[in-house]
Amino acid sequence: MNKVMSNKWIIILYTFPALLLIAVLIVIPLILSGYFGLMDWDGIGAMEFIGLDNYIAALQDTKFWDSTLHSFLLALFSACSLIGYLAVALILASKIKGASLLRKIYLIPMLLSSVAIAQLWIKVYNPSNGMLNSILLGLGIDNPPAWLADPNIVLYAIFVPIIWQYAGFYILIYYAALKNIPESLIEAAKIDGATPLQIALKIKIPLIMNVFKVTIVLSIVGSLKYFDLIYVMTGGGPNGASEVMASYMYKLAFSSYNFGYGSAIGFLLLIITLIVTVIIRKLTVSKDEIQY
Amino acid sequence: MRRIGYTLLYVCLGLVAVFQIFPILWLFMFSLKSNQEIFAGNPFALPLEPRWENYLKVFDGGIGTYFWNSIWITALATVLTILVASMATFAITRMKWKLSSLVLGLIMVGLMIPIHSALIPLYNMFLNVNLIDNPLSIVITYVTYNLPITVMILLGFYTTIPREIEEAAIIDGSSIHRLFFRIILPISAPIMSTTVIINMIYNWNEFVFVNTFISSEKYKTLTVGIQNFIGQYMTDWGAIGATLVISVLPIIVAFLFFSNKIMEGITASAVKG
Repeated sequence: MNKVMSNKWIIILYTFPALLLIAVLIVIPLILSGYFGLMDWDGIGAMEFIGLDNYIAALQDTKFWDSTLHSFLLALFSACSLIGYLAVALILASKIKGASLLRKIYLIPMLLSSVAIAQLWIKVYNPSNGMLNSILLGLGIDNPPAWLADPNIVLYAIFVPIIWQYAGFYILIYYAALKNIPESLIEAAKIDGATPLQIALKIKIPLIMNVFKVTIVLSIVGSLKYFDLIYVMTGGGPNGASEVMASYMYKLAFSSYNFGYGSAIGFLLLIITLIVTVIIRKLTVSKDEIQY
Repeated sequence: MRRIGYTLLYVCLGLVAVFQIFPILWLFMFSLKSNQEIFAGNPFALPLEPRWENYLKVFDGGIGTYFWNSIWITALATVLTILVASMATFAITRMKWKLSSLVLGLIMVGLMIPIHSALIPLYNMFLNVNLIDNPLSIVITYVTYNLPITVMILLGFYTTIPREIEEAAIIDGSSIHRLFFRIILPISAPIMSTTVIINMIYNWNEFVFVNTFISSEKYKTLTVGIQNFIGQYMTDWGAIGATLVISVLPIIVAFLFFSNKIMEGITASAVKG
């Protein structure tokens, strides 16, 4: 039995396809991205080694810093909005009639492609005929904003469809975690005279803290790599007001044919994401230790 | 007092539901309206007389090709992902070897990285092997990038398979391949169906790889194809609406039938990370 189940050739045969694909299409490209970042290269012609010039240029590039700032702003918004999703999930999990139907309704936007969501919200935000401004005009508000065309508003305007897309996802996760709390704990607290608010704050939330921490990482890391929705909705515009790290990288490479510099930005995106992941993991773990 | 509290809670939940569902209903409605009706009328109104010709126009415009590409690329990539992921998960969880956790860790790296960092080198690789503007590049990229999440969902089930099942099979003289294909794969059908549905949604909705690697209209999938369509219809809102509805309808129909599987898959793929 053991001999059969530790046959080396079989193990290699069964893991080889997965390992080959991951090595060739994920690991090697990530390393190459750092390497291409050292080159002056238009993507077609010969590469010329220029050392760290691209990385130094990135650090002095205000467009890069602006797009990084926008990515971090989105990450901050996303992390803060988790509290709202948690509140909805707490209500939903407290023996509400129709909770199962509501949960499904909340989840629908998450299943649509980012392209469809972006196109739909372009229409919602259309200054003259969109759903939003039709409602605002109907309410008697003259001169409603131009939303996606207004550099001061665009980033916030984009954040609304992002909430729309992900709210159901986080509510679903919190709901599942809350439903895993043993009923006896809640009953015991009720007998001791705890109010629903106390039960939520002192029992339910601490018990699902681990899940909450995972979602903090998911939302922040996910925000740092947002691309599809923003690329389709605004292309980073107007005038860079909604540019994020991934869209800036994409433009450099596939619109400006600056593959060397684009790779450098892509590699920085990787490094930034990894550093942020490690920091958040550390922060959430140390809190854990204080608690217990 | 308690009743008022409950009513307030229901109002909150109801408002969230309206916010989530209304843009989609609005989309369905304007896909059946004419420009005049959309621009002059109330956004909440039902179409006066549904203009199904908006949909005919879109089909005549050739959305069928994109639709078909989305179907076969999604299906092929999903089948391959699940086969490759099941084999790897089987070897990692059921077979005895020292490096299994290292291999698992390597596969899981894919969950953390921003795919955009790999995009330029991937493009360059495919260019060098003549796979740019070839749907094969899309299929193998989908398979690879969906492997980590698929393995993660399968993992939980595979670790719970009783040893006795394997022992009995091996004692009966069954080979490992027979054990895997005839016994393990069939008993993992429920969890496999969860990964099928999650993979299908991901592949159906994927945008950036197709947008980067494919340039011919004949190979584009719906997500990228509808971009062109919408550009071409610029001011014809009815046609744009119909295009969007056609692209999201399969997912919404799938959700009506498999909502529990989908929710199970989404929860499993998120929380275990």
